[in-house]
Amino acid sequence: MNAPEPMIRLSGVSKTFQKTIHAVKGADLEVAEGEVVVIVGPSGSGKSTVLRCINLLEVPTTGTVVVDGHTLTDAGTDLDHVRAEVGMVFQQFNLFPHLTVVENITLAQRMVRGRSKDEARAMAMRQLERVGIPDKADSFPRQLSGGQQQRVAIARSLAMEPKVMLFDEPTSALDPEMVKEVLDVMLELAGEGMTMVVVTHEMGFAKAAADRLVFIDEGEIVEVGPPEEVFTNPSHERTRAFFDKILY
Amino acid sequence: MSDFRSTRDGRVTDERPWWDTFPWWSLIIVGVLVWMGWQIVIDEDYALAWERIIPGLGLTIRSTVYAFGIALAIALVAGTGQMSRNVVIRNLARTYVEFVRGIPMLPLIFTVALILVPEGTDLLNKRLDAWFGWEFNLSFEMRATVTLAVIYGAYMAEIFRGGIQSIPPGQTEAGRSLGLTRRQTMRSVVLPQAMRAIIPPMGNDFIAILKDTSLLSVLGALEITQRARQFSASTFKFREGYFVSAFIYLCLTLGLSVLLGVLERRMTRDRKGER
Repeated sequence: MNAPEPMIRLSGVSKTFQKTIHAVKGADLEVAEGEVVVIVGPSGSGKSTVLRCINLLEVPTTGTVVVDGHTLTDAGTDLDHVRAEVGMVFQQFNLFPHLTVVENITLAQRMVRGRSKDEARAMAMRQLERVGIPDKADSFPRQLSGGQQQRVAIARSLAMEPKVMLFDEPTSALDPEMVKEVLDVMLELAGEGMTMVVVTHEMGFAKAAADRLVFIDEGEIVEVGPPEEVFTNPSHERTRAFFDKILY
Repeated sequence: MSDFRSTRDGRVTDERPWWDTFPWWSLIIVGVLVWMGWQIVIDEDYALAWERIIPGLGLTIRSTVYAFGIALAIALVAGTGQMSRNVVIRNLARTYVEFVRGIPMLPLIFTVALILVPEGTDLLNKRLDAWFGWEFNLSFEMRATVTLAVIYGAYMAEIFRGGIQSIPPGQTEAGRSLGLTRRQTMRSVVLPQAMRAIIPPMGNDFIAILKDTSLLSVLGALEITQRARQFSASTFKFREGYFVSAFIYLCLTLGLSVLLGVLERRMTRDRKGER
């Protein structure tokens, strides 16, 4: 037997906007099943773009993306099918404002997974229990706090029973007192063995949950390693300069 | 400008007196309508004008509804077509919209009714006649109605496009990241939200179409304006003829306005989550 195929493999992924702006330059990254990878870096460094390339929300200019054995960058791949296996949580939550919480969570289950109304609702309620707000099932998103909305967004993704979860600065738009309730949910998820790729500025979360820390600067993956090591003993000057700025 | 005013006893208040906020305009309009209606009841010249003109109401309403329905279908295709990934569809839709928006309505009606439709049906009828021994014919009323629909289709296509583009891209991304297809995302996520931005201007265009059916008169269709013209020209009672036609249009458009207001209020209530 070969070494187990990683859940996610990016090789030579580059993304260029308007032919001149090189957001990502030749990123190589492998994420094993059950691994939690945290991506950090200065704003505008391309970390979100790397994340969005994993489920092809952003189509790479060059390079290949393989998720769970499917090469997403091949023309013939059914992207919709693979995307259902890759949950994504956004900075701005992106809940559907015209639907109730439970409708938000059941929509894709019914349309993509073909679950019945009752099945989907039962799954939605299980996920809402898990993120701690089953009482908000029939509220509209605008009636919830930011932290609650983000937890609904997580529940919406989890209800699809994805193999991978991507988090794009999930706590950056939250008021400070709501950050912890979201991070707690993510930490629990990491503990259950979910494969996760997280872009965040929460170094506490990175320390607590990350198996590996990836530092990106100017579109390049500068350094990859265990979080403690990258924090305390970075091998690159750019990494050191970045942590000097953000760590007390 | 300050937002407060002082009362008679010299205090400052942000309260505005009832006469400042009262919708006087509605009283004026209702007053005018009542006066016009009263004239029709008591004055036999007005009554005669009413009698001659009101048979055109059916045609006015019918062509409004047809034109709006056809325009809606055209607009949905042309509006979403402009956002298509297909380069041919996208450019065809754009060309149609820009062309039609750039030509005044009256010459367009003449062009379609007197040139395009006759030549088109000629071509069509040669085939139909040869194959089925049957001829296709479009009345002048329908020609003008179709022209209205083609024109408003272009305007309304822009409303659709604007409404859809007003929805943040994050909504589409969320839908797609859950595995929904482009079509499913459009239908279940984007369009329902876009409808809130689309319905009010659509209502305005419905009213505008109603008024523009008066252009059917240039092709001799016996709708309200044409009947008012005929009445006035044959009796020399211009005031009566045109006052009555204005009265009928006002009743229709104001009625529609009120309906639209109710619809809009219902939608904004929904936005506040009070349903």
